[in-house]
Amino acid sequence: MMGHNDDPCAHCEEMMQPYLDHTLSDEEMHEAEHHLDECEWCRKRYRFEQSLRVYVRTAVSEPMPAELKQKLAALRIPLN
Amino acid sequence: MAEAPPDATRIAAEARDRVRFEEEALALSDQVYRVARHLAGSREEADDLVQETYARAFRSWRSYQPGTNLRAWLLRILTNLNIDRGRRAQRTPPTQGLEANDYYLYDRLTESDGGPSDEERVVERLSQDDIVEALASVPHDFRDVIVLVDIGDFSYQDAAQILDIPIGTVMSRLHRGRRILKRELAEFVQEEGS
Repeated sequence: MMGHNDDPCAHCEEMMQPYLDHTLSDEEMHEAEHHLDECEWCRKRYRFEQSLRVYVRTAVSEPMPAELKQKLAALRIPLN
Repeated sequence: MAEAPPDATRIAAEARDRVRFEEEALALSDQVYRVARHLAGSREEADDLVQETYARAFRSWRSYQPGTNLRAWLLRILTNLNIDRGRRAQRTPPTQGLEANDYYLYDRLTESDGGPSDEERVVERLSQDDIVEALASVPHDFRDVIVLVDIGDFSYQDAAQILDIPIGTVMSRLHRGRRILKRELAEFVQEEGS
């Protein structure tokens, strides 16, 4: 954490992923939120990251082909 | 009515357990496919992998411990089959230079022309195809973790067990993998903007 004091936005960037993953300590979380309250530049980038994650997840989610579902059901071992 | 012999009772109970297992596993197939689709290189491979996974799961259902995470158990089988298919024979290339900082993609998108520019919608400048292609081009060690955690909603702990790697490695690959993905996505901004 030391060495970032001269550039709080660089430090904030380092904390973005763990912040959004809820893995920061309480102290770090407080620190990030304090900076975000004051810094619109970082705030916008955090909001972007959040919407990117949702967008990526939606974009790559493909429904399973119906034929595959039938093939899987056919793999069940029949009762004797 | 004569009492059923103990053997018959046991066999009937086992059949019930097996049917329940199969039904629970099949109910998870959409979620398994969603993850498999991006762990595998193509739709066809994903299709084969999911079928092999279920065939193996139905054969070895006794080794599943009821009450534990069945989805993670299925994905563990799938990951092992994927490795058996030799996918790991290709080494992940060194990734130096592949990463950009975490704010790079946002900055690129807002610098490009056209489309929504507010921070919650600027991402819509990327098409669904761009995203699928960018994810596919992330080296698989990193992509596996992104797919399990960010797309499949597995915990770090589950992802570590499925991939048989330490939890710290899951976290560091996820962190770097997301940056690599953003770098890949930024390539599309560049191409379309030029």
